[in-house]
Amino acid sequence: MSHHPAPVNSRFWTPGVVVLCILAAAGLATIIARYIGGIGYVSNLTTARPWGLWIGVDVASGVALAAGGFTTAFLAHILGKHYYEPVIRPALLTAMLGYTFVVLGLLVDIGRSWAIWKPMLNWNPSSVLFEVAMCVMFYLTVLYIEFIPVVAERFKGRVNLPGFLSALNRILDSLLNLADRVLSKIMWIFVILGVVLSCMHQSSLGALMLIAPTKLHTLWYTPILPLLFLSSAIAVGYPMVVFEATLATTSLKLDSEMKILTPLTRFTVFLLGIYLALKVGDMVIRGTYVYLLDGTAQTNSFLIEIVFGVLVPWLMLLFPKVRNSRRWLFTACTMIVGGVLLNRLNVFVVGYRPPVSEANYFPSMGEVIITMGMIAGLMLAYRFLITYLPVLNAPEKEVTA
Amino acid sequence: MGISRRNFFKIVTAAGATATAARPAQAWQSHAPSAPYGCLVDLTRCIGCRKCEQACNEVNHLPKPHRSFEDLTVLDRKRRPDEKAFTVVNRYYSGMIDDRDQLIPTFVKLQCMHCQDPACASACIVGALSKQENGAVSYDVTKCIGCRYCMVACPFEIPAYEYHDPITPRVMKCTFCYERVAESGQLPGCAEVCPVEAITFGRRETLLNVAKERIKKNPGRYIDHIYGENEVGGTSWMYLSSQPFDKLGFVPLPDKPMPRLAETIQHSLYSYLWSPIVLFGMLGGIMLAFKGKGDRHDDQKGGI
Repeated sequence: MSHHPAPVNSRFWTPGVVVLCILAAAGLATIIARYIGGIGYVSNLTTARPWGLWIGVDVASGVALAAGGFTTAFLAHILGKHYYEPVIRPALLTAMLGYTFVVLGLLVDIGRSWAIWKPMLNWNPSSVLFEVAMCVMFYLTVLYIEFIPVVAERFKGRVNLPGFLSALNRILDSLLNLADRVLSKIMWIFVILGVVLSCMHQSSLGALMLIAPTKLHTLWYTPILPLLFLSSAIAVGYPMVVFEATLATTSLKLDSEMKILTPLTRFTVFLLGIYLALKVGDMVIRGTYVYLLDGTAQTNSFLIEIVFGVLVPWLMLLFPKVRNSRRWLFTACTMIVGGVLLNRLNVFVVGYRPPVSEANYFPSMGEVIITMGMIAGLMLAYRFLITYLPVLNAPEKEVTA
Repeated sequence: MGISRRNFFKIVTAAGATATAARPAQAWQSHAPSAPYGCLVDLTRCIGCRKCEQACNEVNHLPKPHRSFEDLTVLDRKRRPDEKAFTVVNRYYSGMIDDRDQLIPTFVKLQCMHCQDPACASACIVGALSKQENGAVSYDVTKCIGCRYCMVACPFEIPAYEYHDPITPRVMKCTFCYERVAESGQLPGCAEVCPVEAITFGRRETLLNVAKERIKKNPGRYIDHIYGENEVGGTSWMYLSSQPFDKLGFVPLPDKPMPRLAETIQHSLYSYLWSPIVLFGMLGGIMLAFKGKGDRHDDQKGGI
């Protein structure tokens, strides 16, 4: 299997893209409303429920589901398994866009968006959130640096800006050349740094809730919450790659990448197995299984998370038949992705019950529209960038022709 | 490559284990001030007049409420402190009756407890919240970014937020009248105005002695529990009551300071950034060891 990433050669304005544009526009309009009327105007957030859908999905799930970036980088660049090279760029692009939208989501969620730079000057090393913020900031920078070669490959020697910008052509071109030359020598630093930063903040995202032992339901509140967040992020990396590769190759009518995806998910059997063992072991050791059948919304959400999000897809992946079938592999991987998403939602929203006021929370229309708009915006950016940059694998025919 | 892959792993693992074991287990340390001020609220004295609410409103220049502070029907509904009221009084009927079989109400004043080791201050991403030497947990709006992690962390659900301010919302909570206490030697607004001396202001140590004295000298009047003496490692505001606290809207809380677990993990993993540095070194070593040993582009088998 040869690996030739190339810009996607198909029509940009499909009905799907139009729908995404409408969703993104609705999200944008609601974001404008948030900056006119305040967070309270568009959301159901309160004193007792200060974090909701935005933190649970846009931020926590966004970070977890961008884990394909560092897990594939580890496989191909650190372990040197170049066979998996073709999934690196799509995973890198997803991670880069994922983290970009995490930051955009944070800007909407925090009350003083314009003050987002302040943690750089005012350090609080005892704050878990401070560490998460620093890691996300550095990792996003690393992701942009890792993506520069993709841009350089496309535009090196071909920079051709229109109109008065054409004066910049030569400067940009030499910059691209320089960056490409320098980066190829020192890229290993950024690859390792990306993995280190990811391990740090993926786990610390779980540590965020350790400060609220009376609020988070016992099923999730455990001292190993950081480890569970890290192991689930590592486990969801490859399933996320399968999920998007299948969606991309299907909707863009590209060659199926099963030859890479099938062996890739053999690692997942092992990685998801570790997560499952940690999760079940934690439950047994702390004796929290006594809650499992009490029928509350939280418990049911926990059961769905662990049964349909971890156990069933793990059992499915044990069968080579599932790993070799495009449809079944996609099903199993979608369940794993959904399971991790539900886990983050459970930890930050469903399992969060403030004991004093016992306040309930359900996301408002405004929150849902902004979250959907963010996701649509991310998909549009992905669709746009793969149209102009060599990210996805070109169809075989074209290459041999 | 001089060393085999297997040997290399041995070295890396040993290095990692040594690095972990070499670090002494760091005991968590409280940052509580040694001689903070506090307030003791005697719920057996409170008559629910709401004068403290009014004083708080005036001292802190908060917006005038829709219903006047004389209106006691406000007490018919349980309230929580919010961004326009740093303290509120609620009425509870715990089942106590007088000699004419009438239910006796207990009034409970709520405000920031000013924890000795505040979860909000430990959580705050920029250190906008901090425990002062005089006991107050203060908020510095110039640092705040509005992440609301303090509100997630607070076990008493106290910090409120100006959700309807689009650009410059603030976290709003009781200030312990920091400036009045620290700069002009006055009492907090609520403690000064209370007509029945239900709120006693003083050094926390002194207040604990006062509380224990009252419990000892008035057998039957109080339950033997000072809420805030040990809860979440101790708070600057403390309560005495004749009724069990769980009947009065107080949630049972662990004696362990809230920030302890998170700070212990955080500090043992990240002091001097030792663990990221070790991880970086290990990954670099693995990368070197596998260089040229991974599969080739044309490897058809793939995987492990």
